Amino acid sequence: MLTHLPVLVVLAPLLAAPVAALMRGAFAPWVVATLVSWFSFVCSLLLLAQVSDQGVIVYSMGGWEAPWGIEYRIDFANALLLVLITGLASIVMPYARLSVRHEIGDERSPMFYAAMLLLVLGLCGMTATGDAFNIFVFLEISSLATYTLLAMGKDRRALTSSFSYLVMGTIGGTFYLIGVGFLYVMTGTLNIADLAERLPALSDSATVRTGFAFIVTGICLKLALFPLHLWLPNAYTFAPSAVTALLGATATKVAVYILVRMVFTVFGVEFSFVTIPLSDVLVPLAIVGLLSASSVSIMQPNVKRMLAYSSVAQISYIILGIGMGTAMGLTAALLHVFNHGVMKAALFMALGAVSYRMGGTDLKHMNGLARTMPLTFWAFVIGGLSLIGVPLTVGFVSKWHLILAAMELGWWPVVVVILVGSILAVIYIGRVVEAGFFKEPEDSTRREAPAGLLIPLWILVIANIWLGIDTRLTVDIAEAAAAQLMAGGVVR
Amino acid sequence: MNDHLILRVVGKFLIPYVMLFGLYVQFHGDFGPGGGFQAGVIFASGFVIYTLLFGLRSTQQIVSEGFLRVISASGVLIYAGVGVASMLMGGEFLNYNVLAANPIAGQHIGIMVIEFGVGLTVASTMTLLLMMFAERGLPS
Repeated sequence: MLTHLPVLVVLAPLLAAPVAALMRGAFAPWVVATLVSWFSFVCSLLLLAQVSDQGVIVYSMGGWEAPWGIEYRIDFANALLLVLITGLASIVMPYARLSVRHEIGDERSPMFYAAMLLLVLGLCGMTATGDAFNIFVFLEISSLATYTLLAMGKDRRALTSSFSYLVMGTIGGTFYLIGVGFLYVMTGTLNIADLAERLPALSDSATVRTGFAFIVTGICLKLALFPLHLWLPNAYTFAPSAVTALLGATATKVAVYILVRMVFTVFGVEFSFVTIPLSDVLVPLAIVGLLSASSVSIMQPNVKRMLAYSSVAQISYIILGIGMGTAMGLTAALLHVFNHGVMKAALFMALGAVSYRMGGTDLKHMNGLARTMPLTFWAFVIGGLSLIGVPLTVGFVSKWHLILAAMELGWWPVVVVILVGSILAVIYIGRVVEAGFFKEPEDSTRREAPAGLLIPLWILVIANIWLGIDTRLTVDIAEAAAAQLMAGGVVR
Repeated sequence: MNDHLILRVVGKFLIPYVMLFGLYVQFHGDFGPGGGFQAGVIFASGFVIYTLLFGLRSTQQIVSEGFLRVISASGVLIYAGVGVASMLMGGEFLNYNVLAANPIAGQHIGIMVIEFGVGLTVASTMTLLLMMFAERGLPS
């Protein structure tokens, strides 16, 4: 059974989604979704252990050897991502029970859980597969599930935000597909390992370069790099809380992973950073995005929207690390992919608990929260500290590595920008903390959120601190993954 | 469409052939052009013609929405089930070789069952889509 792990991660949600869709009521589909995400999580952990024992794992679909068939190829980078996706799914699903009953209702619950499972399936599939076209297929599955989930928000504006993401996301997906088409025309293969072998000889070809441009632009749209991020704030703000927690933590991260896979594995460091000046494009955009999105989030009256803009800023940190084109930069980027997922999910889940009791996530709903909902509020504070990058939290680990990577290159202005970004984070998190501590609650009779929301939330908060102190796991894996990716091509 | 007598008569006459052609494309997909997706769309177009000519209510008397939902989900399960079966019989996911003693026979069985699942899901989803949209225009 252990040899089937790469496919089991993806297969479990595929089998469970139609089952959940056929069930009635809210409880049964919730049980299915929760158990299946736990199952996938266990599979991902076993996969990660297997990868560190045996190196790269290859699984041929249908027994057809690549390049004839589709293969799943698991190395450190995607094993780490699979752990992130399934791990967060297994925390968000238990959390979803109360939150979904409150925000979506029993009648639409089966479809909600089916769509959540499809989302997990799509994200895991994109991560696990070793085939460039297969990535597109799973991208579409996860995107279609996302559009449905976004549209389920209580606010009617959820529909328009979902529609505008549908338009932008489809453009992004199409760009990616056009790029892959160009590569296929030139190389005659869609397998990532094969592409990596054949592309270096073709680096002068205008078709390959155009393909590169299409792929990078398309993926940057999906991962919301400034200035292609405009779909993100509305989408996150109006979506149901559980959806925002899972999406904000994983969906853009998987797009980052695809970018890394394409830039480092398929095209190779030599092509991406020497033949084509990718750094000159990504680094300025990341810096502008980081500063502008952080500044904009200071002005937001709605806390959920503030965190959505902060996500754009955090994605910019990741892109900054990738744009450095060094092993240390890539390590920092992969670390931040994981760590930002852990902290943003905690923050959005805390907001979901606030919205459950207070009926909204505006700044005024946060007033006096330290007295009315202390556990939720402290979860938010710790998540916020992590977002700022205070030592002993995960946020510190990844920002520290990012600063080290920038210093290694002698990019001192970039170091300053990273620090300024953290100060801006202090301001926007500080506003919420100030409201929570010092403002009078509007209605002091409101009580703490129920345990069904608090337990998953605090598991994540503890993970934030745990992984901030015990960095062996994440840093070692991120370094190993970066080393594999920088070696270029594919480890056979 | 009550006044379009010719359309109704010709439509009634055509629908069985449309569906038969759908089934042909479905089961001939093993040897020639075709397969579950195309077949599902063709088969569902029979329901589309029927709905256009005789109204949504008559279609709902033939197939209910709930029934279509069950069919569309079970198609996916049939597809994935074949993959699970091949895993249980010692092959990789969707490795049809192990489904029968003879690998070639296994390939035939595998692709037939899988395409059947695809056909079911596509046909029922297409019909479901039509019904969902058509229902919005009806006076309730």
